[in-house]
Amino acid sequence: MAEVEIKAVSKAFGKTQALSDLSLTIGDGEFVALLGPTGAGKTTALRLIAGLEQPDSGSIRIDGRDVTGDAPADRDVAFVFQQYSLYPHLTVFENMAFALRAPTRRMPEADIRAKVQEVARLLHIETKLDNKATQLSGGQMQRVAIGRALVRSPSIYLMDEPLSSLDAKLRGELRLELKRIQVDLGATILYVTHDQTEAMTMASRIGVIEGGRLMQIGTPREIYENPINAHVAARLGQPTINLLPAALFAGAPVGVETIGARTEHLTIARGGGDISATVKRVEHLGDQSHLHLDLAGRPVVTLADPEAGFGAGDVVSLRLNRPLFFDAKGWRVAA
Amino acid sequence: MTSATTAHSVVEPSTTTRRFAGTLVVLYAIITMIPLVWIMLTAFKSPDDAISYPPKVMFKPSLEGFCNLFTTRSRQTPEFIRSLGPPQGLCDDIARSRNMVVAGPSNYVPRFVNSLIIAFGSTVLAVALGTLSAYGFSRFRVPLKDDLLFFILSTRMMPPIAVAIPIYLMYRTIGLSDTRLGMILLYTSVNVSLAVWLLKGFIDEIPREYEEAAMIDGYTRFQAFVKVVLPQATTGIAATAIFCLIFAWNEYAFAVLLTSGNAQTAPPFIPIIIGEGGQDWPAVAAGTTLFLVPIVVFTVLLRKHLLRGITFGAVRK
Ligand SMILES: Nc1ncnc2c1ncn2[C@@H]1O[C@H](COP(=O)(O)OP(=O)(O)OP(=O)(O)O)[C@@H](O)[C@H]1O
Ligand SMILES: [Mg+2]
Repeated sequence: MAEVEIKAVSKAFGKTQALSDLSLTIGDGEFVALLGPTGAGKTTALRLIAGLEQPDSGSIRIDGRDVTGDAPADRDVAFVFQQYSLYPHLTVFENMAFALRAPTRRMPEADIRAKVQEVARLLHIETKLDNKATQLSGGQMQRVAIGRALVRSPSIYLMDEPLSSLDAKLRGELRLELKRIQVDLGATILYVTHDQTEAMTMASRIGVIEGGRLMQIGTPREIYENPINAHVAARLGQPTINLLPAALFAGAPVGVETIGARTEHLTIARGGGDISATVKRVEHLGDQSHLHLDLAGRPVVTLADPEAGFGAGDVVSLRLNRPLFFDAKGWRVAA
Repeated sequence: MTSATTAHSVVEPSTTTRRFAGTLVVLYAIITMIPLVWIMLTAFKSPDDAISYPPKVMFKPSLEGFCNLFTTRSRQTPEFIRSLGPPQGLCDDIARSRNMVVAGPSNYVPRFVNSLIIAFGSTVLAVALGTLSAYGFSRFRVPLKDDLLFFILSTRMMPPIAVAIPIYLMYRTIGLSDTRLGMILLYTSVNVSLAVWLLKGFIDEIPREYEEAAMIDGYTRFQAFVKVVLPQATTGIAATAIFCLIFAWNEYAFAVLLTSGNAQTAPPFIPIIIGEGGQDWPAVAAGTTLFLVPIVVFTVLLRKHLLRGITFGAVRK
């Protein structure tokens, strides 16, 4: 395990600027998540670190060594791909042993066997080792894909949305396991995802990336509580933050164009608030409800206690409770 | 791979559709098989039965065609034949009944061996070169890629015989005419364009993440190519090999022009087998029947791959 330092890296594919001026340091043993929508440049960032693409400018250091021009094999990284992660012509065992059997590694067969079995136990796939890679369920395939990387002890594990093809329940399980394994091994991981829950629950730091730019990086809490702009604010939080024109509310600070209100910034009552809104729809999720409101023609979504008994057509009043303020360009304005 | 393998749904065709398709296939098979069956029947006819009119479907089978295919014979007087000892085997017996003796082996076996060496040699070369170039075209940024690919394909658009004279002169100058090497190189160059195009399609279908994963895991690109790409391209390689082999095996025009005594292949040899008073049809038919065997064997061996291969990657593994 080692520190990985990315300095001012840019990459364009023809006219598409996939990544602009990315600087990021991943500390030894740290779990960093890159969170961003599709096309943000997440995969490109991982491929640059792995050496599958060459940056147009900037440098990449692993453990203090400049690897910018090195071949992938010389960088000592492991990669879990977004898709196409297993070789269909090999068994599970052979898939997991593949990296260890690389000619440069010259690992004795007995050690390979022991290592693969150890990792297979860790991932609960030890009974599947003799299966063809194609005879597995989606969840098992994904475990094997992660196992292919875990048999090695590289400087850094690069993981490209390894759980995105799984259903919600499996994703939740594997999320926990992956975090546990990372802590046990003290592994350095750069984990790419567009799922905020994965980023929030596993990462020690989250980098929010959009349009090829790293917008903000910090602990999950920092990013959630102190987003630097409306984009970042909209990345985290369920339901998504409501961005409303400041003009609708009295008493916003000067220069504020937009008010960002998450559920916790909104107090809903039957009357007596700052502004009134109409309930359009109530989505029951079991333990809580999503309340879809109409506030002067703008949709507002917030959480409500199912016990509160709101129904469509009700008129409610809203009170803002230390919301986030943004200027005309979407940048954060101090309250 | 993982996700692509699982989801592949096919709407089952209805029974009527299936019966109709089945009938068509059987009809087509019968139509294409009739000439082959006729050739095989002719191979077992006597020369008289072979040219009798109306054609005979029922006849007394004879191995004379095969004997004449493998031997040369000389005409002798009945007295001389009677003075010989007992006949040496079946063919000698048949020859003597026509007042001839077996003079020696014919050229069929050496021609057949030439065909085997030239066809398989050029197929191996064309597929090997084709696989490597297709991989290059598929994975690397080649300058003028589309133009190059089109140029490679365009060599196939012209009838090969159009360049026969220049090639004939060129081969004579550099000493390649009537050599096996010359024929191997010629058939390779004709087939390589087909091989590049077919194989590029197959290799494009193999996700590049497979090799990239291997390269990150410590393999060189070439090792990744051997360990990961080749095993997944076997279907395409097999299909391509069959197409190349069929072309090289059956090629006639160049073979007539460029080969004679030394490197002649079977196709120009078979139709000129002359018997008593003209074409020896049973021998020609016997030569053709045996000539089909290698292609049939090769195709049967690779048929599993071929079935998947000729759908050009449309069906996922
Ligand atoms: N090989 C390539 N050639 C051309 N454009 C590319 C290439 N790879 C990526 N891009 C472009 O670069 C941008 C970033 O792509 P990237 O794959 O990094 O996105 P991503 O964040 O991983 O998205 P997703 O969540 O959908 O995987 C996209 O606009 C994409 O179209
Ligand atoms: Mg991606």
